[in-house]
Amino acid sequence: MDLSEFANDIGDERPVSIAGMGTRGGPVDGVHTVMAPSGVEWVQPDEMTVRCGAGTPLDELDAALAVHGQSVAIPPSGTVGGALAVGQSGIRRLGYGPVRDVLLQAQYVDARARVVKAGGPTVKNVSGFDLCRLLVGSRGTLGFLGDVILRTRPRAGFEQWFTTDADPFELFPKLYRPTSVLWDGHQTWVLLEGHERDVTGQATRHGLHAGEPPAALPSGGRWSLPPSELHELVGSGSFVAEIGVGIVHHEHPAPVKPVDAAVVELHRRLKHEFDPTGRLNPGVELVPSA
Amino acid sequence: MNALVADLRAVLGERRVKTGPSELSLYRKDSSNMAGSTSVVCLPETTAEVQACVRIANRHGVPFVPRGSGTGLSGGAVPLDDAVVIATSKMDAITSIDAVNRTAWVQPGVLNLDLSKRTAHLGLHFAPDPSSQQTCSIGGNVANNSGGPHCLADGVTASHILGVEVVLPDGTVTVLGGEDPEPDGLDLRGVFVGSEGMLGITTSVCVKLTQDPPGVKTMLMDFATVEDGAATVSGIIAAGIVPAAVEMMDQLCLGAVEAYIHAGLPVDAAAALLVEVVGLPEGLDAEVERIMEIAREHRVGSVRVARDEAERALLWKGRKSAFGAIARIKPNYYLHDTVVPRAKLPEVLTKIYEIAARHELDVLNVFHAGDGNLHPLLVYDAREPGTAERVHLAGEEIVRASVDAGGVLSGEHGIGLEKRDYMPMMFSDIDLDAQQALRRAFDPHGCSNPGKVLPSPAACGDIHSVPEGAWI
Ligand SMILES: Cc1cc2nc3c(=O)[nH]c(=O)nc-3n(C[C@H](O)[C@H](O)[C@H](O)COP(=O)(O)OP(=O)(O)OC[C@H]3O[C@@H](n4cnc5c(N)ncnc54)[C@H](O)[C@@H]3O)c2cc1C
Ligand SMILES: Cc1cc2nc3c(=O)[nH]c(=O)nc-3n(C[C@H](O)[C@H](O)[C@H](O)COP(=O)(O)OP(=O)(O)OC[C@H]3O[C@@H](n4cnc5c(N)ncnc54)[C@H](O)[C@@H]3O)c2cc1C
Repeated sequence: MDLSEFANDIGDERPVSIAGMGTRGGPVDGVHTVMAPSGVEWVQPDEMTVRCGAGTPLDELDAALAVHGQSVAIPPSGTVGGALAVGQSGIRRLGYGPVRDVLLQAQYVDARARVVKAGGPTVKNVSGFDLCRLLVGSRGTLGFLGDVILRTRPRAGFEQWFTTDADPFELFPKLYRPTSVLWDGHQTWVLLEGHERDVTGQATRHGLHAGEPPAALPSGGRWSLPPSELHELVGSGSFVAEIGVGIVHHEHPAPVKPVDAAVVELHRRLKHEFDPTGRLNPGVELVPSA
Repeated sequence: MNALVADLRAVLGERRVKTGPSELSLYRKDSSNMAGSTSVVCLPETTAEVQACVRIANRHGVPFVPRGSGTGLSGGAVPLDDAVVIATSKMDAITSIDAVNRTAWVQPGVLNLDLSKRTAHLGLHFAPDPSSQQTCSIGGNVANNSGGPHCLADGVTASHILGVEVVLPDGTVTVLGGEDPEPDGLDLRGVFVGSEGMLGITTSVCVKLTQDPPGVKTMLMDFATVEDGAATVSGIIAAGIVPAAVEMMDQLCLGAVEAYIHAGLPVDAAAALLVEVVGLPEGLDAEVERIMEIAREHRVGSVRVARDEAERALLWKGRKSAFGAIARIKPNYYLHDTVVPRAKLPEVLTKIYEIAARHELDVLNVFHAGDGNLHPLLVYDAREPGTAERVHLAGEEIVRASVDAGGVLSGEHGIGLEKRDYMPMMFSDIDLDAQQALRRAFDPHGCSNPGKVLPSPAACGDIHSVPEGAWI
């Protein structure tokens, strides 16, 4: 994909922000805003890869992959670039892995309006430093994603949500590779995928009842805890916790955690190296500055 | 005794600071065929000791090289310019295991297979399984983002590392990532994995443990052409099946291995596939059936499904004995490691045979077909004059053919010294600049393992020589 127009639009002088579809926070107000190129370039089902513009709506990507019985492990809504830039996984992370494992290659535009390639087009690659990992979750502060190659995964033959009153901390180790285990302090929801008879067999063995996933997740805050601390949530307000993962969808904002000074300093140096004048998404801070 | 050694001994004592000629010569190389130079080797046992070693090296303006077990194949742990070698092999404790949430904190010197052995009674294992797993260290796995046969379904090391305690190149100790899934800020843990010892030294690792599968089926299938074997692999993936492992051996390799271990391998076939699927019983049977169907569509010869654990172990032994078997053909081998899109496997393999023939070399192929991760083994006799040069030239052509086919320089062994100067085959100056920027942010003075990965190394004190035997 030719990204020269996108790079031109970003330019190399004034402050600039980038917008996806407004589902994950939106661009920085009051500065020149650009949008990434959109469109699925190719799908290679037998390589388990897909290439698309970062501005591609996730619905469009999903539809292109559905034809081949595949999907990407990125939660729905918004654009591919916005989802990668934010880097938050969906509630199937237990089974599908985090969003950061999805990005294989990125062409992004840096603060000097240069098109830079990070990573490689194959599922396995250890050629140089893994800049893709740096870009996922960087919220447009180090470069603007223009074009990406993502790892796809096969869609499950069969999937079913179940509910149970069982203690999730006792249930979880007994299940074989559940896709999701959610818990609100009272009830547990389990998503199983695979061969239909295996799914129902597991359900019968562990006393699960077919049911619906939780209707809505509390959206006051997204907490990130070591999974071993989740049982301490009881009494903290209403929540839905991802067992085995540690993400908690909570009615209250996440408690502020101290960030180690050395980590803050690494953030400062990385921002300085990648965007010395601070023109990309100005004001977006990933950790409190020193 | 020089001041550097005296300072190190003040912290580690006499015994854990090595300067004897035989020890130095041991630590001049890894398992590649490159060698560098070092004047001192340190064997710290704690994070504080690693930190002290780094600070002392800094104070003396000498670069340092982190080292695990030295099984690396790309020269990553080869010290240049008398760098201080800091080996974490003595840091081999498993600090804690959380069986419910399937995580463990381990020191970097823990051997890969030892970790899985120590968690086996819990029904858990560490998924990345390089063929060197009996001897390579978790710290080395993290630094090289290592792979292995079972990384097809479960992912390479990067997918199994949650956090790393590191001594940064300036001697600061911190933790990148951790047990919580979305730590604030950039994914610094993610960039540290695969950074080949150039962003600091890891002194403790939080790993993800994987549940042992309830069932396993392993099959060996043979094909009259490499194309049919490769098309079967693509067909399996396109059908929505991601086996736990798909390994391929070509005819020369099958012959060599069979003569060595007598496992009943199909020596007349052009290629054989070893396919393993894991899971619950119904899905497993359905997958085996579908895989056989796809193989038949591509004219499979015979199919052998391991009946029991003993037969399964025998089939895997065939795959894992390739290196030993090669010694029966010629005394030396050079192992390459590139990745190509699966669909290009037949085309690139044909090119590899051509390249080897042109350079009058024998080549065996045994590789992770499911990932498109090729491992051409050039076998030769180093005593024949001019052979090493031919091996080098053939190797470079193989790497180029892989990249030209839309592939990458390395799938699991890393860049190190071996492929440092090949990086421009894949990356422009601008791309490499961005990788330098990452390196500078972590290591502004370029003192942690300088001279590796990036073709124009920013060296500690601007020294960068090329070691003897280095093919760069
Ligand atoms: C040209 C244009 C037309 C618009 N038209 C409309 C309209 O018709 N109706 C309307 O209601 N609003 C419209 N908007 C406003 C826009 O939809 C909202 O401001 C919305 O909040 C922007 O999406 P987002 O950045 O939150 O995307 P998100 O996907 O939510 O982005 C989240 C974060 O990721 C960053 N990001 C996004 N993409 C990338 C990328 N490729 N690389 C790096 N970082 C990235 C963002 O900067 C942000 O920090 C328009 C905006 C623009 C610029
Ligand atoms: C027979 C054989 C088979 C192999 N098969 C495979 C395979 O299937 N898959 C695969 O991926 N690899 C394979 N390898 C290569 C090698 O075993 C791996 O790269 C392994 O991860 C290296 O681990 P090590 O402990 O030996 O590291 P070393 O060789 O000691 O070091 C490797 C790199 O890691 C860095 N490093 C080591 N420890 C630390 C630390 N604590 N902190 C920071 N950096 C550190 C070093 O600086 C160096 O750059 C094989 C090697 C052999 C000899």
